[in-house]
Amino acid sequence: MKLTSSVLPSSEGFRANRAAHLEMLETVRAAAMAAAAGGGPEATARHVARGKMAPRERVAGLLDPGSPFLEIGATAAHGMYDGAAPGAGVIAGIGRVMGLEVMVVANDATVKGGTYYPMTVKKHLRAQEIAEDCNLPCVYLVDSGGANLPNQDEVFPDRDHFGRIFYNQARMSAKGIPQIAVVMGSCTAGGAYVPAMSDVTIIVKEQGTIFLAGPPLVKAATGEVVTAEDLGGGDVHTRLSGVADYLAEDDAHALALARRAVGNLNRAKPATVQWQSPEPPAYDPEEILGAVPADLRTPYDIREVIARVVDGSRFDEFKARFGETIVTGFAHLEGCPVGIVANNGVLFSEAAQKAAHFIELCSQRGIPLIFLQNITGFMVGRKYENEGIARHGAKMVTAVATTSVPKITMLVGGSFGAGNYGMAGRAYSPRFLWSWPNSRISVMGGEQAAGVLATVRREGIERKGGTWSAEEEAEFKRPTIEMFERQSHPLYASARLWDDGIVDPRKTRQVLSLSLQASLCAPVEPTRFGLFRM
Amino acid sequence: MFRKILIANRGEIACRVIDTARRMGVATVAVYSEADAGARHVALADEAVLIGGPAPRDSYLRGAAIIAAARATGAEAIHPGYGFLSENPEFVDAVEAAGLVFIGPSGDAIRAMGLKDAAKALMAQAGVPVVPGYHGANQDPEHLSGAAEAVGYPVLIKAVAGGGGKGMRRVDRPADFAAALASAQGEALTAFGNPAVLIEKYVEKPRHIEVQVFGDGTSAVHLFERDCSLQRRHQKVIEEAPAPGMTPEMRAAMGQAAVRAAEAIGYSGAGTIEFIVDASEGLREDRFWFMEMNTRLQVEHPVTEAITGVDLVEWQLRVAAGEPLPRRQDELTITGHAFEARLYAEDVPAGFLPATGTLAHLSFGAARIETGVRPGDTISPWYDPMIAKVVTHGPTRAVALAQLARALEQTEVAGTVTNLGFLGALARHPGFAAGDVDTGLIGREIDALTAACEPPAAARALAVIAAAGLAGGTGPGFSLWAPLMRAVPFEEPASLAVTGPGRVAVTVAGTTQDCVLRPDGWWVEGAKTGARFHVGTDEITVFMGAAYRFARPDPLARRSEGPASGLTLAPMPGLVKAVFVAPGQMVAEGDRLAVLEAMKMEHTMLAARAGTVAEVLVEPGAQVEAGAALIRLADETEEEAA
Repeated sequence: MKLTSSVLPSSEGFRANRAAHLEMLETVRAAAMAAAAGGGPEATARHVARGKMAPRERVAGLLDPGSPFLEIGATAAHGMYDGAAPGAGVIAGIGRVMGLEVMVVANDATVKGGTYYPMTVKKHLRAQEIAEDCNLPCVYLVDSGGANLPNQDEVFPDRDHFGRIFYNQARMSAKGIPQIAVVMGSCTAGGAYVPAMSDVTIIVKEQGTIFLAGPPLVKAATGEVVTAEDLGGGDVHTRLSGVADYLAEDDAHALALARRAVGNLNRAKPATVQWQSPEPPAYDPEEILGAVPADLRTPYDIREVIARVVDGSRFDEFKARFGETIVTGFAHLEGCPVGIVANNGVLFSEAAQKAAHFIELCSQRGIPLIFLQNITGFMVGRKYENEGIARHGAKMVTAVATTSVPKITMLVGGSFGAGNYGMAGRAYSPRFLWSWPNSRISVMGGEQAAGVLATVRREGIERKGGTWSAEEEAEFKRPTIEMFERQSHPLYASARLWDDGIVDPRKTRQVLSLSLQASLCAPVEPTRFGLFRM
Repeated sequence: MFRKILIANRGEIACRVIDTARRMGVATVAVYSEADAGARHVALADEAVLIGGPAPRDSYLRGAAIIAAARATGAEAIHPGYGFLSENPEFVDAVEAAGLVFIGPSGDAIRAMGLKDAAKALMAQAGVPVVPGYHGANQDPEHLSGAAEAVGYPVLIKAVAGGGGKGMRRVDRPADFAAALASAQGEALTAFGNPAVLIEKYVEKPRHIEVQVFGDGTSAVHLFERDCSLQRRHQKVIEEAPAPGMTPEMRAAMGQAAVRAAEAIGYSGAGTIEFIVDASEGLREDRFWFMEMNTRLQVEHPVTEAITGVDLVEWQLRVAAGEPLPRRQDELTITGHAFEARLYAEDVPAGFLPATGTLAHLSFGAARIETGVRPGDTISPWYDPMIAKVVTHGPTRAVALAQLARALEQTEVAGTVTNLGFLGALARHPGFAAGDVDTGLIGREIDALTAACEPPAAARALAVIAAAGLAGGTGPGFSLWAPLMRAVPFEEPASLAVTGPGRVAVTVAGTTQDCVLRPDGWWVEGAKTGARFHVGTDEITVFMGAAYRFARPDPLARRSEGPASGLTLAPMPGLVKAVFVAPGQMVAEGDRLAVLEAMKMEHTMLAARAGTVAEVLVEPGAQVEAGAALIRLADETEEEAA
């Protein structure tokens, strides 16, 4: 049934919402553009003067012209390391090469020589995780000096550190997920294993180098004096060592060879869902900015968002009259069938049961799930605890955790407390998790957190017979509120890769669709649920 | 009427003849060379006979084979088209001797007009004005000077054995004659070993106007004139009918002269009397002179057909079949004005060199099109590289010319270079539009006419889009935040960013242009282009008023398999069996340098690149290790120094 919107685009509220959203968008856009500029104009000029293509141009040159690029972690490391690592020094995302969806990971050598900061490692691993989950061939455009030495303790030793990159390559290769490396610059030490562990490796003549130890380290260790080119240049590796397979004249040639390599992969998408012919929403996605209140505390009907995302604004709402604070139903997104789970208020027991039921349905049918998350949490209070809201919440969390259909989560508002778990937060491994600029994520609201701390404090003071004025209390609460406000901001979250990126709400439909298309490159496995506490 | 005819020709004229024959219920036989087995005229004809190899002398000039083909297929008559055997009197005699009808004049009529000087004398006798001059044997300077006086200044002194302008002098005044004569004779002697000269009237501002005649062997009619003054090195480029500025009196005078000429030789069939006209003071009845007669159907006959409503090929068949002339002179009238442009595969900037190629794409604008090729056909080096004749007919000269210019703009050819842009520039030339034509116009304006072929900026931007494979649609061009700027393999540095569905920012030649794909095609910087594309593997053609060709380099076509160093190394341990080169010797890429015997196999070492052998590092019989250097070629700097 086609949804009917009650939003009035000419209203004052609509205009105010839109203005506020545009302001929030601008903050994110500026951060994203700064990250896209990499190490800045000077570093880029030096990079280009060496005959190299700028990192984003490399990515663009690899992809089919005009095809979509779904970037991962576009503002990673934003505000971290004193701003030394825009985009965490690596570009990652899903693009199309010769019509095939691939994961591209491209070092940005204009950022500290492409060295790996902790967030660089995390972003690289996240890209590999997506590739493995979605069965996407990986193309690594390598131009990196290896681990960032001042941060070696947070880069090298742990499980999810540098070594995991090569572990992932081997594991993916074992699963038949192609690994292709294009060496367009340095590939030193551990980095040498990126090309060496790849199925196919291309190296740019007199530009790409691969070695376990560079000339300075060789000289220090053995006294041997050798040039980088003679030690591990393209000629050496394609003619003598066999570490690389194709010698490219320059970046453009290397990318053309990589495109050809992808063209020879012989891969087809598995049959998963029943696609329909796509249809734009009946309501203009542009209106999302005016339809959604700028203030998270203002309630609104989440169907206003659904109407501006799904094909024809048609939504087959399931159990509409039961557990009304969660909206569930079937729709199509660019022709792909989806099950939508969307918050429309605080979670009650009925809502949690309904969501669990709906997730079971989609899992039975192999329909991908989309979570539109705007949740302050589960309802609190004696009545609810006594009726077992934790038990009902556990059903929902179990269903979300154990379903095998692809899950894609969009934070469209608040993401607080256990609501985050039930609505496929990061810990529940959705294939993708995206955030709107107005979203906020924290264990609870800043006011509530400060209130909890203040209550404890007041009790302590009053137990000792002291008094605590309202002013003192407010002064006590302020830093907590400020800390929560800062840390719950999506740029703070995205910098730490708690999500895969911040999206313009008007692009929600495309982002979800591209996420679905990538997810459906992998077969949908049958689900085996955990135990539901009845 | 004939039941079946054979067309002893190829290309557009063969197709043209087949069209009319088919309309008249006459069956057709095509002949073809090995190169033309798949040609359009073969496909159109009811039957086709192979007559030999690709070279014209092995096929289309083999009269005996053609006559044999006619007899074998039961054709009753042979249409010769133009060129090839069309003006060969021996062929005409042989056709008739074989009991077949030659669709054209008698062998004698062709002979009478074949020798230019004799033809002029014959015409002068018949009262047809010929260019005044002296062609006699008396080379006495006094006599020649007198002859010049009689012809009237300015005159032209030409070497009898001449050519290429050598031994040619223009003389404007009697006082200059003696000196010019001596100089011309001296030059003629040096260049040709023969000092003999002739004297001719020098025609200022010459125009080439020809009259179409049609005879039945005794009487003849004329079908008015054609103006073929737009020539480049005696090659007609654009023809028209009637001639601009023609007066009824002049037309009558020229027509009567042409009819007299045809009747003087008992002409049968279609023919053309070419006149040179002095247009320095407009068209005047006393300033046209017979040049020669073409005893065949002309390439440019469609303009006459357009203004008279006569199908000349139909007339040819009817008269050859014994019918009287289909119309009397007073039944022939002129309606409107017509143009014909000759579209050739030729490289205009390279000096109009004939070109070849496969017509990957071919479509025409609104006009009568005479063509012998279809999309996918090849313009071979064996024959005239004509692609088509574009003919327009309008109520007035201005309308017909506008139609021609438009039809040329709409014509799309990909797969070869063409003179389309040049023709278009000519059709838009103000002097030509004003009817101010003479045979020197193209020569004078050649730079401006060829310069107009430079592609506009919008065509270049669209070519980049086509090179990226996006001409038919761009894809969503989606990115989360920063759009992706992509380099495009193109003949010059170019990049683009798809900024939304159907929207592309193209950067090429230092400017960025906003291109938008709408339902009615591409718009560039807010302007509708109507551009169409042909996207080949290594070239892009943008049709935007003219065809603009751009190279599309294959990004994979690069020398990448190892540096082509000068060193030839032994690929494995072995015995040097032979060395074929010595120091100082030049080698080409792929030349044999040495033979290495290893593992019971002989391995030939080839030159990885061209160069000069600098050193031979082994001798035959030497045992070498894997990787041993065998031959060294001088590197490029050494070679430059050498």
